[in-house]
Amino acid sequence: MNSRGQAAACPLIVYGNRIGTLMEYFLELFFGGLTRGSIYALIALGYTMVYGIIELINFAHGEIYMIGAFTGLIVAGVLGALGFPGFAILVLAVIVAVIYSAAYGFTIEKIAYKPLRGAPRLSPLISAIGMSIFLQNYVMLAQTSDFLPFPSLIPEFKIPGLTGIITSSEVVIVAVTVVVCVALTLFIKYGKLGKAMRATAQNRKMAQLVGISVNTVISATFVIGSSLAAVGGVLIASHIGQINYYIGFIAGIKAFTAAVLGGIGSIPGAMLGALILGLTEAFATGYVSSDYEDVFAFALLVLILIFRPAGIMGKQPTQKV
Amino acid sequence: MSKMLELKNIDTYYGNIQALYNVSLHINHGEIITLIGGNGAGKSTTLMTICGVLSPRNGSVVYEELDITGMKAEKVVSRGICQVPEGRLIFPELSISENLDMGAFLRKDKDGIKHDRNYAYELFPILYERRKQMGGNLSGGEQQMLAIARALMARPRLLLLDEPSMGLAPLIVKQIFEIITKINKESGTTIFLVEQNANLALKIGHRGYVMENGKIVMTDTCDTLLANEDVKRAYLGL
Ligand SMILES: Nc1ncnc2c1ncn2[C@@H]1O[C@H](COP(=O)(O)OP(=O)(O)OP(=O)(O)O)[C@@H](O)[C@H]1O
Ligand SMILES: [Mg+2]
Repeated sequence: MNSRGQAAACPLIVYGNRIGTLMEYFLELFFGGLTRGSIYALIALGYTMVYGIIELINFAHGEIYMIGAFTGLIVAGVLGALGFPGFAILVLAVIVAVIYSAAYGFTIEKIAYKPLRGAPRLSPLISAIGMSIFLQNYVMLAQTSDFLPFPSLIPEFKIPGLTGIITSSEVVIVAVTVVVCVALTLFIKYGKLGKAMRATAQNRKMAQLVGISVNTVISATFVIGSSLAAVGGVLIASHIGQINYYIGFIAGIKAFTAAVLGGIGSIPGAMLGALILGLTEAFATGYVSSDYEDVFAFALLVLILIFRPAGIMGKQPTQKV
Repeated sequence: MSKMLELKNIDTYYGNIQALYNVSLHINHGEIITLIGGNGAGKSTTLMTICGVLSPRNGSVVYEELDITGMKAEKVVSRGICQVPEGRLIFPELSISENLDMGAFLRKDKDGIKHDRNYAYELFPILYERRKQMGGNLSGGEQQMLAIARALMARPRLLLLDEPSMGLAPLIVKQIFEIITKINKESGTTIFLVEQNANLALKIGHRGYVMENGKIVMTDTCDTLLANEDVKRAYLGL
C-alpha cells in the first residue's frame, strides 16, 4: 500500500485485471519477458550445442523438453500423493526429469543420427523430423491428447517492493536459468570435456587425432542439451499449470528461432537470442496486442538476419575459413 | 634396430574407391622414414590408416608387436602415435596455449605437461609471444609450428608428419626441418615424414619409400634414393 502511495504522481492505467502505474506495467512485462527468455534459453542451448558439433538441427529436441515436463508431472503426482512438501517435489521432479530426458536424448542420437553420420545432410534431418513426430504420438497414445493440469511446484514467496509485478515462480525460473547459463559457460571454457566439445566443433578430424573420443563428445552434447530442456520443461509447466503432448513443438520452434537469432552454433548467442526474443514478445504482447506476438518475433528474426545473416554472434560467412 | 611399426599388405578404400593397394612398409625405432610421392599418390591415406581415422579393408597395422588394425583413433593416440595432418588443422577459435593443451588431452601428469609446454615454447619462441591469440589468426608458417608443437605435447613415440613444408617460404621450411631432426635426435622420437619436397626430405631421412597410384614402388636408404635416376627425374626435377 505505502509503496503505491509514493507513485501517486504517476498516472494509473488499467491492465489485465489490475490497476497500476506505467512503470509497474513496464516492469511486469519486463519480468514476464525475462521468464520467457529464460525458458527459450534453456531449450535453445540444446539446439545450438548439437548444431555446433554435428551441424544437425535436432527437430526432436522440443519433444525432449515435453518429455521432461511429463516426467515432472508423473513424479509430482506420485510424491504429492505420498505427502512430500512442495519444494522437495520440485527438486526431485527436476532431477528425475533431467535423468529421463537425458536418457532419451542419448538414445535418440544413437539410434536416429549416429547410423546416418556421413550420409547426405538431408538424411539425419529427416530422421530428426521422424523422431519428433514419433515421440509426440508416443506420448499422446501413452498419456492423452488433452491438456493435463500441472501442479504449481514452485512455492509462493513475497518479493519486497515487487508484489503483484513479479511472481515467485518467475523469480525461480530466471534465477535457475542464470545459474545454469553461468555454470555451462564455465564448463565449456575450462572443463576438460568442455574444451573437447569446442575442439570437436571446430575440427572433428583433428579432435580425433589429439585423442578426443568424438562419440563421447557427441553423446555428452545430447545429454547436456536434453538435461537443460528438461529443467525448462518442469519449470515452465509448473508456471503455466498445464501440459499436453504438443507443447514441445511450439516451444521448440520459438527456441530454435532464438538460437538462429543469436547465431546457431554459438552458446552465448543462444542465451542472448533467447533473451531478446522473450523480451520482444512480452513487450509486443503488452503494448500492441497479443495477436501480434509471433509476428513481432519473426519480424525481428528477419530484420536481424538481413543485417547479420549468421545471427548476432554467429560466425559471419566472410570469416569462414 | 627393432621394428616399431609395420604395415602389411594394406588395402584402404574411400567407399568403393580404392586408394591404397597392397601397401607394406616398416619403421624401426629411432628412425626418420620418408615417404614421397606425387599428388593423390595415397600418402595422406597411409597416415590416416595408421592413425585409425581410416580402417583398411585388407591387411594389418602392427605397432610394438600389437595388432592395431581398426583400432579407434583415440586409442591409437593413447599408445603414442601422433599425427601432424596435412593442412595443419589448427583449432581456429582456441588460443595458442589452449591448442597446445589439446595436444596433451590424454595426459594427466600436470608437471610433465607444463615441462613440455615450456619445451615447445623454447623450440618455437613465436608461439610463446602469441600464446593468448586465437590459433586461426596465425600465419601459415606459425600454424605449422603450432601443429608440430601441439603434436609434441602428446609426448609421441612415433610422430607422423604430413607435408610440413607445404606452402611455406624456404627459410621457414629449413627451420622446420632442423627442428624435426632435433626432435629425433634429442628425444629419440621416431619420425615418419610424408613430403612432396623430396630433396629436403630425403636429406634428413634415413630410409625412404616412394609411392605412386596407391602402391609402394621403391624403397631404399635415402642416400641411394637421392642418387637414383628415376627418383631424380620424377621427384627432384633434375
Ligand atoms: N575423402 C576422400 N574421399 C574419396 N577419395 C579420396 C578422399 N581422400 C582422398 N581420396 C582419394 O584417394 C587418393 C589418395 O589421396 P591422398 O590424399 O592419400 O593423396 P596424397 O598422396 O596425400 O596427395 P597430396 O600430396 O596431394 O596430399 C586420391 O586419388 C584421392 O582422390
Ligand atoms: Mg596428402
